[in-house]
Amino acid sequence: MTTTEPSYLENQSHRKGLASWIFSTDHKRIGVLYLISILIFFSVGVLIGVVMRLKMLWPGTHLYSAAAYNAFFTVHGVIQIFLFIIPGIPAAFGNFILPLQIGAKDVAFPRLNLLSWWVYVIGALLALTALFSGNGPPDTGWSFYVPYSLRTNTNVTLAVFAAFILGFSSILTGLNFITTIHRMRCPGMSWFRMPLFTWSLYATAWIQILATPILAVTLIMVMAERILNLGLFDPGRGGDPLLYQHLFWIYSHPAVYIMILPAMGVVSDVIPAFCRKNIYGYKAIAFSSLAIAFVGYLVWAHHMFTSGMSNTARMVFSLLTFLVAIPSGVKVFNWIATMYKASIKIEPPMLFAMTFLFLFAIGGLTGLLNGALATDINVHETYYVVGHFHYTMFGGTGMGFFAALLYWFPKMTGKMYNKRTIVVAWAHIFVGFNLLYFTMMIMGWLGMPRRYYSYPPQYHTYHVVATVGSWILATGVFMFLGAFLVALKKGTKVAANPWDATTLEWKTASPPPTENFQTIPTVTGGPYEFKDGHPA
Amino acid sequence: MNRAYANTTVAVDSVFWFIAGASALLLLLVTGLMVFFAIKYHRSRHPQAQETYESTLLEITWTLIPTALVMVMFWYGYRAFLTMRNVPADALTVKVTGMMWKWGFEYPNGKKTEVLFVPLNKPVRLNLKSVDVIHGFYIPAFRLKEDVVPGKDNYLWFQPQGMGAADIYCSQFCGLKHAYMMSRVEVLSEADFTAWYTSTNTTVAGTLNLSALPGIPLMQSKGCLICHRLDGTRGTGPSLLGIFGRTETVIENGKEKSVVVDDAYLRRALKEPSAEIVKGYADVMPPVPNLTEQDLETIVATLKQLK
Repeated sequence: MTTTEPSYLENQSHRKGLASWIFSTDHKRIGVLYLISILIFFSVGVLIGVVMRLKMLWPGTHLYSAAAYNAFFTVHGVIQIFLFIIPGIPAAFGNFILPLQIGAKDVAFPRLNLLSWWVYVIGALLALTALFSGNGPPDTGWSFYVPYSLRTNTNVTLAVFAAFILGFSSILTGLNFITTIHRMRCPGMSWFRMPLFTWSLYATAWIQILATPILAVTLIMVMAERILNLGLFDPGRGGDPLLYQHLFWIYSHPAVYIMILPAMGVVSDVIPAFCRKNIYGYKAIAFSSLAIAFVGYLVWAHHMFTSGMSNTARMVFSLLTFLVAIPSGVKVFNWIATMYKASIKIEPPMLFAMTFLFLFAIGGLTGLLNGALATDINVHETYYVVGHFHYTMFGGTGMGFFAALLYWFPKMTGKMYNKRTIVVAWAHIFVGFNLLYFTMMIMGWLGMPRRYYSYPPQYHTYHVVATVGSWILATGVFMFLGAFLVALKKGTKVAANPWDATTLEWKTASPPPTENFQTIPTVTGGPYEFKDGHPA
Repeated sequence: MNRAYANTTVAVDSVFWFIAGASALLLLLVTGLMVFFAIKYHRSRHPQAQETYESTLLEITWTLIPTALVMVMFWYGYRAFLTMRNVPADALTVKVTGMMWKWGFEYPNGKKTEVLFVPLNKPVRLNLKSVDVIHGFYIPAFRLKEDVVPGKDNYLWFQPQGMGAADIYCSQFCGLKHAYMMSRVEVLSEADFTAWYTSTNTTVAGTLNLSALPGIPLMQSKGCLICHRLDGTRGTGPSLLGIFGRTETVIENGKEKSVVVDDAYLRRALKEPSAEIVKGYADVMPPVPNLTEQDLETIVATLKQLK
């Protein structure tokens, strides 16, 4: 690389300023757009979470009204799920990194890619409008359960429409990634030479394409029922409320794997880079992603173990749920086997990848109590479930997202953050996280139901501990995000490959030129091959 | 007060301890290995990674052992679940109605209450009905829960094995006052239960002859006794036992003051519950609905006698 092409950060289009970003079809610029939007919504979601915890310091109706609390937990869920976790890693890092990892100039459909960002923004704006218009923000929980969601006079219709629109963004991204992976790999990049992050995006994209339309149909049915008074779900009009729950979870359970698979992909890339060692069980990890994507379709009704399904249905879904635990276990064992006899350096991305392993292991193992019928009946709809899914979604996907940001930020910006600040932030996140969410699981097992704006006195101590945990956690999160803002201004410049990592994205400049590679690379080996401690 | 429990408590807890124990061991194994490798093979001690060869046998092993383990967990969970679903034929059937935002109980002889009274060691079947949206009938002490779905005939059953009281919550979000859709289950000795069941009164005979007090059924029907207990123990609100003449620290407009509970205080507390809040309790009591002067007098007169 003797001649230096201008990086993608330098404007090369006829548009100027902001327009050169929001109308760009460069996958890297779109990835950055997504990253910024997603981080803003994530921060808002965190703040709402902190405000919710504040009310839980004491039982009763102090601080703000019950209606406000009910709106807060709904909006917190909608933002964190539809605007942060689902698009999170695929739309931000997938967009930026995927074409680089397979040696492509861009995704297969660059303009469709830009459209999907716009659809995301429009969906997000509609969701915000739903909060501040009509009869106030929806108060149903993010799951919009009928018949309550049909009868409440809050702004459910618009919020549901927003989720419907956001779904299309997800479908378009999935479609684009599948086509890109099938058609755009550089010479020599066979399927089993693809980095595992790309594999995880491939599995995710199939779920996005196949499951999201079911959500779209379900949400349209809710809107139709609210506007036209049809009797689809409301038993008062001859409908069936359980039909809604089935349809909702047929999407929303696979969506859990849309959320977690890309994070597993990040970890699969980060661990070998900081172990200076080839990943253990490449094929086992790649196939377990596909297995999770497939079996993940068949377990939706474990969200409905108390809804009154037949005993046989409950038994079958419990059995299938336990099966989906196995590929996740296989991944964890292979990651740890990779560390065996490695040469490990615990740089910030590795620190967060290991944190992912620990917190996700807790999230996965505590899920076993949800899978077993007898115990799930007790913990269903309690704080146990809230704690459990925050371990998987925040401890899993969230930490994976953080690891991705730490790992690829130098690639995206050519700059390095202050590693010391990151370690201090990590300590806060780790302590606060466990204080908050483990306490939630304990009080949930003891019977504390979720979505309660007040609570019986016996749960008071637990709520105080959890709230204190939320302060420590939020401090850590904002310290973490602040480190990147500082790095944008003051970060030290880095070389093309600061981690000495092996995958293709590190073989071009940091930040990469608009066309990604000066010459399209030709791949001759696996994605994680080291020789004498350096990329082979 | 004793803590009530049931056959289902025992069945579920044994599954819980098995799964939680196995999970704790697995977590310890995974985390322990991770930390151990991170220390032992740290670059400062181990500058050159060594090649490790993939082993299909190892992959199969760590697929099959967890599979066997989770199948055992599934089986235990399912077996205990069946215990929770197979109702004995001689069970006492109580009709439970969930509505925004309270629970109602109706017994085979037509008796209606807002607290669930059940006899010790007798199977009880609860038929769950909702008149509006989906609720969740949940007794944490019995580890029991089932959604109360409009238009659907869901049920639960249990056999109480310990006397005492336990909370009943609504577990499925049902709107504004979801958090206050509470009641209690009281497990009585068979004799006490029969006495209550066959009498015309709605509450239980204890050391106090509660049934002789006209205010008790009234307070029951107004829902007072869900939060205020009559046995001196703390509920969501203070116990009503010995309330008259008691000196309480209350908070009025954010300021603490000491009051002796008298006629005037009780009347104000019933009509404007938020005006003076007993210290240590939350400001959550709604004004008593449809309270006539006659009701006020009856209730206050009854409270005077609860010594």
